[in-house]
Amino acid sequence: MNDIAINIDKLTVAYDAQPVLWNISLKFQKGKMIAIVGPNGAGKSTMIKSMLGLVSPVMGSVTHQDENQKAVPYSELKNRIAYVPQNTSVDWNFPTTVRDVVLMGRYGHLGWFKRPRKKDKDIAKQMLLKVGLPTFAKRQISQLSGGQRQRVFLARALAQEAEVYIMDEPLAGVDMKTEHIIMKLLKKLVSEGKTVLVVHHDLQTVETYFDEIVFINQEVIAAGPVDQTFNKQNIDLTYHRDRNVGEGG
Amino acid sequence: MLTQVLSVFTDYTFQLVALGTGIIGLLSGVIGTYATLRKESLLGDALSHAALPGIALAFVIIQRKELMFLMLGAVVSGIIATAIIQVMTRNTVVKLDSALSLVLSSFFGLGLVVLTAIQNNPNAQQAGLNSFIFGQASAMLRRDVQLISSVGLVLLLLVVVFWKEFKCYTFDPMFSRSLGFSSKIIEFLLSMMIVLTIIIGLESVGVILISALLIGPSIAARQWTHRLSGVMILAGIIGFMSGVIGTLISSLGVRIPTGPTIVVVVSVFVFVSLLFAPKQGYVAKYILRQKKQKLFKKRLDELEEAKQ
Amino acid sequence: MSMINEITLIAVVVAIACALPGVFLVLRGATMVSDAITHTVLLGIVLAFFITQDLNSPLLMIGATLVGLATVWLIETIQRSNLVSNDAAIGIVFPLFFSIAIILITFYAGDVHLDEDAVLMGELAFAPFRRLDLWGYDLGPQSLWVMFIILIINSVFIFFFYKELKVTTFDPAFAAAIGFSPVVIHYALMTLVSLTAVGAYDSVGSILIVGFMVGPALSGYILTHSLNKMIGITVIMAIINSVSGVRLAFFFDTTIAGMIAVVTGSTTLLILIFSPKKGLFQHQISQNRARRNLNKEIEKMA
Repeated sequence: MNDIAINIDKLTVAYDAQPVLWNISLKFQKGKMIAIVGPNGAGKSTMIKSMLGLVSPVMGSVTHQDENQKAVPYSELKNRIAYVPQNTSVDWNFPTTVRDVVLMGRYGHLGWFKRPRKKDKDIAKQMLLKVGLPTFAKRQISQLSGGQRQRVFLARALAQEAEVYIMDEPLAGVDMKTEHIIMKLLKKLVSEGKTVLVVHHDLQTVETYFDEIVFINQEVIAAGPVDQTFNKQNIDLTYHRDRNVGEGG
Repeated sequence: MLTQVLSVFTDYTFQLVALGTGIIGLLSGVIGTYATLRKESLLGDALSHAALPGIALAFVIIQRKELMFLMLGAVVSGIIATAIIQVMTRNTVVKLDSALSLVLSSFFGLGLVVLTAIQNNPNAQQAGLNSFIFGQASAMLRRDVQLISSVGLVLLLLVVVFWKEFKCYTFDPMFSRSLGFSSKIIEFLLSMMIVLTIIIGLESVGVILISALLIGPSIAARQWTHRLSGVMILAGIIGFMSGVIGTLISSLGVRIPTGPTIVVVVSVFVFVSLLFAPKQGYVAKYILRQKKQKLFKKRLDELEEAKQ
Repeated sequence: MSMINEITLIAVVVAIACALPGVFLVLRGATMVSDAITHTVLLGIVLAFFITQDLNSPLLMIGATLVGLATVWLIETIQRSNLVSNDAAIGIVFPLFFSIAIILITFYAGDVHLDEDAVLMGELAFAPFRRLDLWGYDLGPQSLWVMFIILIINSVFIFFFYKELKVTTFDPAFAAAIGFSPVVIHYALMTLVSLTAVGAYDSVGSILIVGFMVGPALSGYILTHSLNKMIGITVIMAIINSVSGVRLAFFFDTTIAGMIAVVTGSTTLLILIFSPKKGLFQHQISQNRARRNLNKEIEKMA
């Protein structure tokens, strides 16, 4: 069992006694590109947030594997996990440059009080180069296109130099060029043995991009390798069913 | 106690003031409904502060405390403030809250600058201008109440005449535009009505607290009904009662200011509604949640057992 | 030191102390919450005064700061209930607290030496008369010392938590995931706002404080794309506004705090109109350009 990066065990999350996730058990293998799909309100973002300790479950647990292959909660290995939130939550007029945003990826390693050092700045520069925006370092973020913004966020995640990358809809509303760059970089991460989890909305590209897929709609509908699990039956089960779990009956 | 209350009721000054504050409460309840539904509650707060320089400058110009003219000044500065806020939020990156805060404080500052200048400049009729800041309901005169009632009648008439247009605009400005209503005219009319409501309330409740009267009644009413007409009527009633009850309480004691007392009464209505309204109130929600929690626990237990 | 110089110095210190937390209030869209706080701290001052019976007690500061935090908490609790919109929650909480404070002051008017006019308007002109005497030495105006200490606290906080303030303001979800709790930083900032409001209310008055907090920061926000520069511009604007405000107030023989608020509003509006980066003119020009380009495109297609 050494190759399990994240272990979700009977995870149940509820807001106001209204279950959002019900009895989810999943094991994510190390070194895989994993898609999480499901309709709106299926609890995809909530599942990600509970993996990052941002919401607390009413039952069950999420553990991550640390460098000694021990299963520990998220709070003990924050720096081994990078997170790209949905970019809708951000104020793009915030006075900050592209380089500063990428540098935020280093904050977790620095901890409270400490300021970024030369090494951190070098890493940020390097990551900007990787996402193809080296000349944009000094630009203010409001001057970027949607796709460029998403690449900046990816660069920030890369700067975290993590083992696991968790991304909430990184391809939503981006141009083809950006999608191509992002997927190429993610593939490279996977080839280096990192684990990449992506909340994905475009069913058309699942087969081209991913190794594993998880269908969720409050419960796990199906999970497994794309070639075995990605089929019409599971899609129908996930998307065309009114679900109401946890309310008796 | 009871005789005291009864004697207050028959007192002419009390009747006058209670009627005045009651009508102000009713109007701000009705007109404020538009503001709260459009999520522009704090606009009232900014506009009431913005009225002060208009009042002070009007006084400087006519050198008399003539309520009509002072109100005219207030309307003008209220409109200027509204325009500045709208330009700031629509055409620049400035957020609404920053625009409101800036306009609120700089207009109020200007009002104070002019008022202080007037006070340093002896004039027999200057006394009483300060009352606009805190309000002085007890100083209400018969013709003040007449003015309040006539302005109020016009505003209520407008609400009835443009009922459909205002309703559309409040809920969906885009849709209302597509129906061919000129949204600019409707918006201007609505802003004017809010400014006027604030201004007739200023002298009795004061700059700082009139916004509470504008927000409170409709928020309270909203908890009990979902229909616009229902919210408006209930908000009017709550506003009226707050005015009368607040005036009553303050007339019973020696040193109880009317304006703040009215605000406390409005707040009681608001918090009681938030707590006890059926279905969506805190208490109702709490009970519902307990029930759900029980069911939920049962399901969780079943799940737990199934695992073993 | 001459009176006008002393007043100018106090005004500058107050202006900078208020403007610093204002930077993050503007960025977070929380300036109206700070407006609420500046009103409700009055209730804290009144309540603490009833307990200590001493207007100079440090307990007044603590009490007022606690009430400021209670205000934030109550507003957020009501907002979370989803029963009312966010701004309405602010609008129902602070008038209530403020009204209770005014009622208490009026009711006990004989016993409380708190003048409601003074609380609301403040008066910088009186500040030099309240001296700080230690062991028989005159150390200068008391409010200068109080605000100077608050200015130091605000600067130190922003200096040490710069990175944390930045990341929690820009992207709270990401900040929480990498271990910087947005809630902790938010309440820390609100504590500073409350403390600053209590310290400044007798010289500036509770209504104008919000202008001192928002105006300079807004100028910085419009003029630059970098947070460092925004803080720098904010401080410079605070100094310019307060110095010229004091001069103008002396010239017109009127309220100093009010005049500073007017100057602050005017400079901010001017910057808003003429800023080369995010100004109103610039906005208009770029919109026109975009429209022209669009027209050209359409012509080309046709």
